[in-house]
Amino acid sequence: MITVDKLTKVYGNQTVLNLDHIEIPKGQSFGLVGNNGAGKTTFFSLLLDLIRSTSGKIINNGVQVNTSEAWKPFTSAFIDESFLIGYLTPEEYFYFIGELRGRNKADVDALLSRFEDFFHGEILGQKKFLRDLSKGNQKKAGIVATFIGNPKVVVLDEPFANLDPTTQIRLKAIIKELTQNKEVAVLVSSHDLMHVTEVCKRIVVLNKGEIVKDIQTSVETLKELETFFTG
Amino acid sequence: MFKIFITLQWKSFFRSSSMGKGLLLKSLMAFFAIYMLALLVFSGGTLYFVLKKISPDASPMWTLSQYLVYWVLAEVLFRYFMQKLPVMDIKPLLLQRIKKSSIAHYILARSGVSAYNLMALFFFVPFGIVLLYQGYPPLNIITWLFSILGIVLSVNYINFLINKSEKALIVIGSIIVLFFALDYFGLLMARDFFGPIFNGLFAYPGTVFIPLLLALSAYFINFKFLRNRISLDESLKAKSTEAKTSDLAWTRKFGDMAPFLQLDLRLIWRNKRTKSQVFISLLFVFYGLIFYTQEIYAQMYPMYAFLGIFMTGIFLTNFGQFIPAWDSAYYNMMMAQNIPLRKYLESKALLISVSVVVMFFLTIPYSYFGWDVLAINFATALYNLGVNIPVILFFGSLNKKRIELDKSPFGNMQGTSATQFLIILPVLGAPILLFTGLYFLVSLEAGVIALSLLGLLGLLFRDKLTALITEQYRIKKYGMIAGFKEKNS
Repeated sequence: MITVDKLTKVYGNQTVLNLDHIEIPKGQSFGLVGNNGAGKTTFFSLLLDLIRSTSGKIINNGVQVNTSEAWKPFTSAFIDESFLIGYLTPEEYFYFIGELRGRNKADVDALLSRFEDFFHGEILGQKKFLRDLSKGNQKKAGIVATFIGNPKVVVLDEPFANLDPTTQIRLKAIIKELTQNKEVAVLVSSHDLMHVTEVCKRIVVLNKGEIVKDIQTSVETLKELETFFTG
Repeated sequence: MFKIFITLQWKSFFRSSSMGKGLLLKSLMAFFAIYMLALLVFSGGTLYFVLKKISPDASPMWTLSQYLVYWVLAEVLFRYFMQKLPVMDIKPLLLQRIKKSSIAHYILARSGVSAYNLMALFFFVPFGIVLLYQGYPPLNIITWLFSILGIVLSVNYINFLINKSEKALIVIGSIIVLFFALDYFGLLMARDFFGPIFNGLFAYPGTVFIPLLLALSAYFINFKFLRNRISLDESLKAKSTEAKTSDLAWTRKFGDMAPFLQLDLRLIWRNKRTKSQVFISLLFVFYGLIFYTQEIYAQMYPMYAFLGIFMTGIFLTNFGQFIPAWDSAYYNMMMAQNIPLRKYLESKALLISVSVVVMFFLTIPYSYFGWDVLAINFATALYNLGVNIPVILFFGSLNKKRIELDKSPFGNMQGTSATQFLIILPVLGAPILLFTGLYFLVSLEAGVIALSLLGLLGLLFRDKLTALITEQYRIKKYGMIAGFKEKNS
């Protein structure tokens, strides 16, 4: 699904990302961990063509992301609040995203009804603008918006941060369900080792822009990661 | 304690983002600030002679006093919209060992030296100096100036009290209209009633204590109110308004553009700065009255061309120059989302086109001043539609400064860079130059026809131009994303 080839990003004389090769197959739940400055967000930004790579390329489902925009219809992402439109209500925001992805109101409503649990009654029908919601609730809205329009690739940067425990557990269930039938690849970054090991089939550890570990998740993975980050 | 507050204030001013702006922009801003001040001082200084001319038999002080009531009311209304008590940046102080009462004093004292208050002084002090030279008694002048200061400060503090309710606004607004109407229809002379009162402040120096006491009591009411409410959940919490939604179904007619059009309409309506742009634009319809009514400008066609371009294109320049920075807060999403850039730009163009057409219709009454006015306005509107819209969208691709939508609109230079000044040249300068040249070399008709033709040509090749602009936005994409991300630029 996603092929990363000799990808580098250099700011001045500092190399912030240097990935030789990554292959993410269709429907994989892919976890990205690393300390601050490891290059997680940089990688996601490159994948979404928000910044220009210094060299190398990313191919998303056969489309080279920085030369064509054809990857947009099947890719969705929530990186941070800059993906939300503050002066819209959550509903309006969902419908807007729906329009962009060729879904009408009824389609969007149908999808949203599946997330009532996740919203916990704090998102829909609140008569509030997104800018007035709490950070956690903003995040909920942003995450659910990425599921609109049957994307094949979903990119979530730090989705667990700022969420309350109940929502974290629900989000894990949602991600698992999403990747269950190997249709949707979910790319998740997190500082919480427990969450990623629980959700992701594969975990890549970045350190100073380079891959230091690439593990298929097993029972020992959490231990292995903890040892790595302790050392 | 106050010393610490003042150093904090000092740092926040000099380390603020506006100070870090480019030299060109900084000097331009300084120039405008000095220009505004000079204008105030100048009008204050000449006020005496103007008043003398308006009513030669009365003392200018007397004449002025009659209008002061309107000044006070207008000031209250103006501040109601523009001035908010600067409470947000004291959050970090709350947990420190500082008495809440000193924080309250600090906030209130700080608002006392705000630019709004200084503006009045820059106007009235020169007036007072002229009075001095005209042989008015110095004591009365000095106490009168203190009275004015007292009134300004009273307005300053009373504003914070009434700012808490919408009802107050309606009351003040109706009072102004009522006074004006009563006065106009000669039922009750508001001027005659309040004139002597304000004049009394001048005639009897002792009365200076009344406005000063008023200011002082307004200060203390505010202080008492504030001291008990310095906590996160009360006065410090930014108010969130209930979202009223409408699905704007009529925009469906515009097909693919509909979602963007809806977004733009909500953008404009739900954010202070954009909303005020609309109102300001509408107000500028009256700009023509200043010129058309004066004889020196009669038949001065280059001036008419300027008015035409300016009035029909006011929203175009005001709103258009900041495209796409209006969307800067979520530009990342716009670029990562499945968005046809072209539709996005077309929707903006449509919105501006509508504004140009509306502004043109609003300027039609000016044909009272001659059919040539109508012809010129028509030609300039066409030119705005066909040429200036693509031009301004094109220059938009140079915008790299973030705009925080929820910041106050007044004096907000966010998003301003050298680009904004660059835009003025082609948008305003080019058509006026062209028109003026043709008018002097050939005839008025030639100028009108040339502008209209250019406009029509632009409309004809709109598809090509839009494609060109879209490509430009694509090329500049990374720079814009990076620029819009910088919060303090």
